[in-house]
Amino acid sequence: MESIFSPQQIVNGLQLGAIYALIALGYTMVYGIVRLINFAHGDFFMVGAYAAFGSFFMFNVFLPRGNGLAFIVLILAMAAGGAIAVLTDHFAYKPLRYKPKLSSLVTAIGVSMLLEYAFSAIPMIGPSPRGFPEILPKKMYHFGSAEVSNYVIVDLAVAAVLMIGLTFLIQRTSLGKAMRAVSQDKDAARLMGINVDRIISLTFLIGGAFAGAAGLLAGLTYPRIQPYMGILPGLKAFIAAVLGGIGSIPGAVLGAFIMGIAETCATAYNSLLGEGIAFVILIVVLLLRPSGIFGEKTADKI
Amino acid sequence: MKKSYLVALAIVAGTALSFMGCDKNKNVVVGGVAPLTGEAATFGASTKNGYDLAVAEWNAKGGVLGKQVQLVFADDKGDPAEGATVFTKLIEQDKACAVLGTVMSKVSLAGAPICQNAKIPMIATASTNPKVTGVGNYVFRACFIDPFQGTVGAKFAFDDLKAKKAACLFDVGNDYTKGLSEFFKAKFVALGGEVVGFEGHATGTSDFKAQLTKVLASKPDVLYVSDYYADVAIIAKQARELGFKGPLVGGDGWDSPKLTEIAGSAIEGCFFTNHYAKEDKSPIVQEFVKKYSEKYKASPDALAALAYDAANIMLDAIKRAGSTDGAAIQGAMAKTDLRVVTGQVKFDGERNPVKSAVIIEIKGGQQVYKTTVAP
Repeated sequence: MESIFSPQQIVNGLQLGAIYALIALGYTMVYGIVRLINFAHGDFFMVGAYAAFGSFFMFNVFLPRGNGLAFIVLILAMAAGGAIAVLTDHFAYKPLRYKPKLSSLVTAIGVSMLLEYAFSAIPMIGPSPRGFPEILPKKMYHFGSAEVSNYVIVDLAVAAVLMIGLTFLIQRTSLGKAMRAVSQDKDAARLMGINVDRIISLTFLIGGAFAGAAGLLAGLTYPRIQPYMGILPGLKAFIAAVLGGIGSIPGAVLGAFIMGIAETCATAYNSLLGEGIAFVILIVVLLLRPSGIFGEKTADKI
Repeated sequence: MKKSYLVALAIVAGTALSFMGCDKNKNVVVGGVAPLTGEAATFGASTKNGYDLAVAEWNAKGGVLGKQVQLVFADDKGDPAEGATVFTKLIEQDKACAVLGTVMSKVSLAGAPICQNAKIPMIATASTNPKVTGVGNYVFRACFIDPFQGTVGAKFAFDDLKAKKAACLFDVGNDYTKGLSEFFKAKFVALGGEVVGFEGHATGTSDFKAQLTKVLASKPDVLYVSDYYADVAIIAKQARELGFKGPLVGGDGWDSPKLTEIAGSAIEGCFFTNHYAKEDKSPIVQEFVKKYSEKYKASPDALAALAYDAANIMLDAIKRAGSTDGAAIQGAMAKTDLRVVTGQVKFDGERNPVKSAVIIEIKGGQQVYKTTVAP
């Protein structure tokens, strides 16, 4: 029993949770604004990982491995994730904005497959897994019985800084106010002079950038990237968002950490349970509290 | 009315044509299968090179049965469902009279019943799971099997590495890695060692930390990781991150240049069992290494050697059979006694070759030959 809830397992779970949280935020923000489950979101995460991979090799020519290089790679991964999200919204979702919800949902699945297969088809990327470089030199710290690498600290710190920044943006700036207004009532927001399309683009940009950052962190932590790497983490982050209450930002973060720890502990109990626990959680949440922990009641069907 | 007669005639003619085997072809058609894409992609590339090299050599010497050998290649993507499709395609559509491949046990297990039902002999290259040739008498293989590899790994860990406690990690969705770990465990316990952890993981995951934390809690001396190279690399890195200092030991699934490329220093001083070593001084090995490096500008791994051997064993059997009839080739295959790159091959009653294994060490990012273990 002690090896299931040992401090080391909790550290493993928090690290996984931080990555899920960054992905889940994008899901929940986009849902909050346009009421769309963006199934291509997991693939924005994959794009971020490849952007990090590419930019590392581009900049490692002039810069040694270390914090400065890691920062540039992070910015470029976020930029790539944000850019692909905005482009997807512009070309795939915007034309369907006022069509039935199902059209956008099916389009999202299509975009997801398009990104996965397009990436496998590009010769420079290809379908085989690639090893992700160690952008930061690895250091180990001992905390009691737990081994904590600097990667764990980086994962948690990047996730925390981004989440605090997002909360500040949404709660304290006029841009955030506009976002909240659009999520409540698009038509009323437009009457108040808010450029709704710009706010939606901005939401995709932030969500995509967070997924891109998660892609870099996942590459560092689980150093193998491939074009299909976004499917499962995307699905699990989506479940985390549903668990927290889709549309709710604190809910997504809490849900993601619960998912990360639940998955790690379930795997430690029995290695076959780990992959399934996410879906058990989804079923339980949908049966007992479909609106999630912080969710508002909604009659919408996915 | 006339139209329907024509259609009926076309159907009859089509069916009649499809009954004609590869005897009617100008060439001897042989199917080749390997995973060119997916989790074992480098295995597929080496395997295809091995087939191509062997077939080119036979054709340069005038082919077989007085005809040129035509190799029809198909990618199984490392996926059993895809494998079943391509095996069927090679037999039904391309009229292959024999099939070479494939690499992964789970995919060969999907292809074997198709060959068996069609009475088309197949020779798996690197599928080490015992169940593969158990499918039927038309299914052969060019490599040794899991019990032997797992046993050699356990013996090496216990005798040479002086390990008393071992832990195993394997992919639950893969018969090969599961089989290897089970045979390792059986032998290690039989030798007097203790297996303190035996954990599976889901296929395709990149997070092994939960399992590793659990098995490392009981302080094993060695970690037996029977996965393929891509997983092994990440497991090695994560095991080091969690403070494991001992060696990792594994099977032929490690044999890829990508292993050291991804794992870097994490995999230094680790060992795996393999089919052959490039450093082997026997002339047949050196000649193969030379020809392969000249043609592909890369040194051949065991997968390439096994594929080359599989093609040679099959074409030799076709030559001795004197026909492209499936039953005749099957009969000739069973009587094989041929020196190939990975050893002297004779098939036992279960159509498994009886031959030796080598232990390879990872040293300075290179694969270094350590020792040979005879069966």
